[in-house]
Amino acid sequence: MQPIELKEGIYWVGAIDWELRNFHGYLTPRGSTYNAYLIIDEKITLIDTVKHHLYEEMIARIAQIIDPAQINYLVSSHVEMDHSGGIPRLAEVAKNITIVTSSRGETGLKNHYGQKWSFQVVKSGEVLPIGKRSLKFIHTPMVHWPDNMVGYLSAEKILFTSDAFGQHLASAERFDDELPRDIVMEEAKRYYANIVLPHSSQVIKAMQAVSGLEVELIAPSHGLIWRSRIPEIMAAYREWAANRTTETAVIVWDSMWGSTAKIARALQTAFENKGIRARMLPLGVNHISDVMTEVLTARYICVGSPTLNNGMLPTVSSFLTYLKGLAPKERVGLAFGSYGWGGQSISQVEEVLRSCGFELLDKIKVQYVPDQNTLQKITDNLQAKLP
Amino acid sequence: MTDHKYRCTACGYVYEPDAGDSPSGIEPGTPFEKLPDDWTCPVCGVGKDFFVPVIEEA
Repeated sequence: MQPIELKEGIYWVGAIDWELRNFHGYLTPRGSTYNAYLIIDEKITLIDTVKHHLYEEMIARIAQIIDPAQINYLVSSHVEMDHSGGIPRLAEVAKNITIVTSSRGETGLKNHYGQKWSFQVVKSGEVLPIGKRSLKFIHTPMVHWPDNMVGYLSAEKILFTSDAFGQHLASAERFDDELPRDIVMEEAKRYYANIVLPHSSQVIKAMQAVSGLEVELIAPSHGLIWRSRIPEIMAAYREWAANRTTETAVIVWDSMWGSTAKIARALQTAFENKGIRARMLPLGVNHISDVMTEVLTARYICVGSPTLNNGMLPTVSSFLTYLKGLAPKERVGLAFGSYGWGGQSISQVEEVLRSCGFELLDKIKVQYVPDQNTLQKITDNLQAKLP
Repeated sequence: MTDHKYRCTACGYVYEPDAGDSPSGIEPGTPFEKLPDDWTCPVCGVGKDFFVPVIEEA
């Protein structure tokens, strides 16, 4: 278990979670890392810890550099347990440790772990001297926890961004240029879509707050450290946070006897005829978190469900609950589906899309099995509405 | 408008003028518009600019 030196005296000492495949409901096909960073100075400072079950891995890396008992400060960037879960055992070893956090961080850590540690609360803009270096903190509330803050080392130009710019990506590599670009950006996009998206307006504010800083390394709390693609990931975050989409569509549905799937294909044809790429995402084989990754950059969100027991299929309601919570904006929605009797599902889907604030195209509702004429009309009608 | 409730778009907290926000020293009866500019959401910490009026159905 080796540490990785980022700059002289500053090390990555985190843990690699090769087994993680599900992060509270978000699929993580490439695993993840929990990044902890050790700064060797007069006050030895550790930024965040790791998920509790990988504590030994973090300590083994730290022990290659110093005796963990010597750590003076533990900076908690936010309370979430994948980063704070190592604090209880660390505090038993490093008996004089002080936990440096925001005031909400102090409250949150006490609510998670009890009252037992010594805390030093830092305000936004406050600078903590740690020897020849100083660590500056900027609060970034709700990116993505109330207590979130980022840390900045001006001498080395390293910005420790907590979960912002993270990716769930387990790898032997530590830097963004050591893996193919598309893998890194795909995981950054998946992370944004599933974790950061609802906090986009706070992201814009946080990016303004750090915009004056010179940054050579972005050190997030998950995944690879950015050093070669900083302008690219910053530009991507600006696009995603502003809800800027491309003129593309996602068609998301589930079907019982194939009729709703037929409507999905009729919609696909309409988009194709207009030169708009449509991604087909049947919920029987696509996880809602992967669908969200596609939703992040698509302007048209078409959602279909047949009517079952006077409502929509549970797979579709699950997706819609997730979609609404992640709160993408500036989208165009379209509800569709087939039905046998009541046909309530289509209006229910439309109601959720409306409550998301989407502009709506006319919903499409077909009894039983749509014939060729009906499908052609669906295509023609949608095509007429598209730019 | 001054007795309107305001909702935090980040976390869902609702500021109720009748209740105020005593931990932040805001007296009951203080309209949202009269909160200091540096007042932040008592739950999640975002600023006043993330609040929207609560539209109550008649």
